[in-house]
Amino acid sequence: MLRNLKWRLIIYAGTTVFAVLLFLPTITPELPAWFYKIIPTEKVHLGLDLQGGMHLILEVEAEKAVESYVERVKNNLRDDLRDKGIPVGKLEREKSNQIVLEVSGDKGKWEKILSQRYAVMQELSSTPLDKGIWRVALVLDSRQADQVRKSAIDQALETIRNRIDQFGVAEPEITLQGTDRILIQLPGIKDPQRAIDLIGRTALLEFKLVDEEGNLDEALKGNLPESSIILYQRFVDPKTGGVKRTPFLLKEKTLMTGEVLKDARVAIETQFNEPYVALEFDDIGAKLFEQITGANVKRRLAIILDDNVYSAPVIQERIAGGRAQITGRFDMKEAGDLAIVLRAGALPAPVKIIEQRSVGPSLGQDSIRKGIISTLISAALIACFMVFYYRASGVVADIALILNIVFVMGTLAIFRATLTLPGIAGLVLSIGMAVDANILIHERIKEELRWGKTVRAAIDEGYRRAFITILDSNLTTLIAALFLYQFGTGPVRGFAVTLCIGLLANIFTAVYVTRWIFDFLTLKVNVKRLSI
Amino acid sequence: MELIRPGTHFDFIGKKKFTVWVSAFAIFLSLGSIFLHGGLRYGVDFAGGVLIQIRFSQTVDISDIRNALETMGSKDAMVQKFGGENEFLIRVEKGGEDLEKMSKAIQDSLQERFKGKDLEIRRVEVVGPKVGKDLKTKALWAVCLSFVAILVFVAWRFKQISFGLGGIAALVHDIIITYGAISIADLEYSLPLMAVILTIIGFSINDTIVIFDRVRENIKKMRKENLETVFNTSINETLGRTILTSGTVMMVVLILFFFGGPVIHDFALTLIVGLISGTYSTIYVASPVVLFWDKQFTRKKKR
Repeated sequence: MLRNLKWRLIIYAGTTVFAVLLFLPTITPELPAWFYKIIPTEKVHLGLDLQGGMHLILEVEAEKAVESYVERVKNNLRDDLRDKGIPVGKLEREKSNQIVLEVSGDKGKWEKILSQRYAVMQELSSTPLDKGIWRVALVLDSRQADQVRKSAIDQALETIRNRIDQFGVAEPEITLQGTDRILIQLPGIKDPQRAIDLIGRTALLEFKLVDEEGNLDEALKGNLPESSIILYQRFVDPKTGGVKRTPFLLKEKTLMTGEVLKDARVAIETQFNEPYVALEFDDIGAKLFEQITGANVKRRLAIILDDNVYSAPVIQERIAGGRAQITGRFDMKEAGDLAIVLRAGALPAPVKIIEQRSVGPSLGQDSIRKGIISTLISAALIACFMVFYYRASGVVADIALILNIVFVMGTLAIFRATLTLPGIAGLVLSIGMAVDANILIHERIKEELRWGKTVRAAIDEGYRRAFITILDSNLTTLIAALFLYQFGTGPVRGFAVTLCIGLLANIFTAVYVTRWIFDFLTLKVNVKRLSI
Repeated sequence: MELIRPGTHFDFIGKKKFTVWVSAFAIFLSLGSIFLHGGLRYGVDFAGGVLIQIRFSQTVDISDIRNALETMGSKDAMVQKFGGENEFLIRVEKGGEDLEKMSKAIQDSLQERFKGKDLEIRRVEVVGPKVGKDLKTKALWAVCLSFVAILVFVAWRFKQISFGLGGIAALVHDIIITYGAISIADLEYSLPLMAVILTIIGFSINDTIVIFDRVRENIKKMRKENLETVFNTSINETLGRTILTSGTVMMVVLILFFFGGPVIHDFALTLIVGLISGTYSTIYVASPVVLFWDKQFTRKKKR
């Protein structure tokens, strides 16, 4: 029994020291360098609700990616049919994934083009109208559509990662949640609105020609020329904050997109000292840009970002070398953010912010301070009460409670768990149950003593019986917590994690560690009367 | 020190005919209040909407903020004082599209209006209606499934389905009473309160198991006594522990209630009700259900 006592001491003391070492980096940042070499440990991370920062959930509107995919197919199809000399009348996208067209001429010829080159589009129906015109409805193959959706989400995740990297946030967390949601956690961020603008922007850069044959006034009244669109240039007056919108009549066809960008940087224009964004194209882009400018000298080329016209300069001459610029009365910050999103690339589909929570650093500090103060007061009260009621044995219970907290913190650190407000509730419940476990043991020992048992027998029997009670109650709660973790989300999970860890630590400290202390006192120190 | 002298014998179970009505009345009151209020008053976390917490370094009148919001055309926005001096909560409880834009517009116009007053935006929460609904249904499912797990586990450990049923009945009772209290006090049901409900579930089932455990032990010792006497003895034997544990936890929660500040206040109030209900339900819901089940089904089979 005595040797056994020694071994138990070594095991318990060892685990305690280990837990303390794991927890140490959380309390103090000033640890010697060798410490980190021995203990590869992390801090207990505080959730954004405690620490301050921003939590965002975005939903990728993947259906829009399917839409623009089908839109591209439609444009290619028109060009293809025209090249082959097949007369095509109406050609439109319907819903997000269908194309409806009216063709005439050699039926075999256009059927061949459709089936060979456009295999991703399956024929829904084809009905003959009069005069040899056929009306054909095509639908995007569902596997292909899934593929488009999936790659849009993957790409969105990648692009957002890039943008946040370039924005410079310490320890950002960007993960996919479910199938089409992206969870973003940015601790300690100071200007959440700016980050949202940066992340949420689609940043689709397009170059389109201005439709100079068409009549803008007529178009505004609703007589839009075929394959032309109206987009606006927004101009915000910096003094009044009023918004002026200038309409532009543009050719629908996009000549070039931001995909061919190699770099985007902020530069300062010397004349008015205004910042602008200098673009540099890659080799393909440079060639394409040279071609486009060469073929459209004296015409106006509009530079469009997310359906906003930024400028529409007249092309003076063929531009070689692959450089262009976006001007538009930015301040330095705006120009800088614009350069970031252009460098990181466009989102393949728009994203919608479905949840945003940001907590300012001062409020986070307030919560921590209040939390720590009320925890300390409660802990001190419980500790005093235990000693008051159970005398010397109360001290044993207090040791168990302190160890319990140390173990929970150490475990949270090693699992890199994040402590949030619901998590603290789980912690509080587990500490409440730890108090209960100690009370159960002490009450049981008292009962046994009352029935006339010796101190040793009372301790043995008390622990044996109370252990069953504690095990059953803790296991029941543990099982419930595991289910909450498995089937719950965010906050419910945060609660379940700390509760589970707390309960396991509880069984260890309340049952085993205190038992050792009692055994030590009665066997080694030879205590004959129990102060309980 | 001894709080409860050994050999105390209060007739707890004997009062069950009376307490059935107490429980029924409390449940009726709770459900009635929830029904009359047209459900719980869900906060931004569950209903979706915008919540902005702001603080000024100088004195600002609440009507100025209301004015500022009205001029910008945000009619649904509600403003209330919150916590410390010159700290306010602005809430728009509307589950629509473009909440993000609304939140931005409110922040911008406030910044504009109170330029010299050091406006600090301390917290912003924008929750889409779908997110809140997701959270609600997922949490509900998780809790229901965990109840099934508790039922199965307890029935297995105590070798009788009645103990599982009793435990679950007590949990359902406590949840209804706590939601009733939330509804009667007209508190806003938000994330922290959901954490309270989870905490109460844990506390209540723990309390129930401790007494069931003693009953399980005493059934073997008191073979000649009927189950009612066994329950009564067990409750009396563990009475010291019940008072100590509940008392200690209650002490902590009362401190939170009086000194914890406005955020903790609702949290603590709900917890107080839940703790009382959790302790009460062990004796007057869980135990009577086991006794009732035993009388109706188990004993008949044996004869």
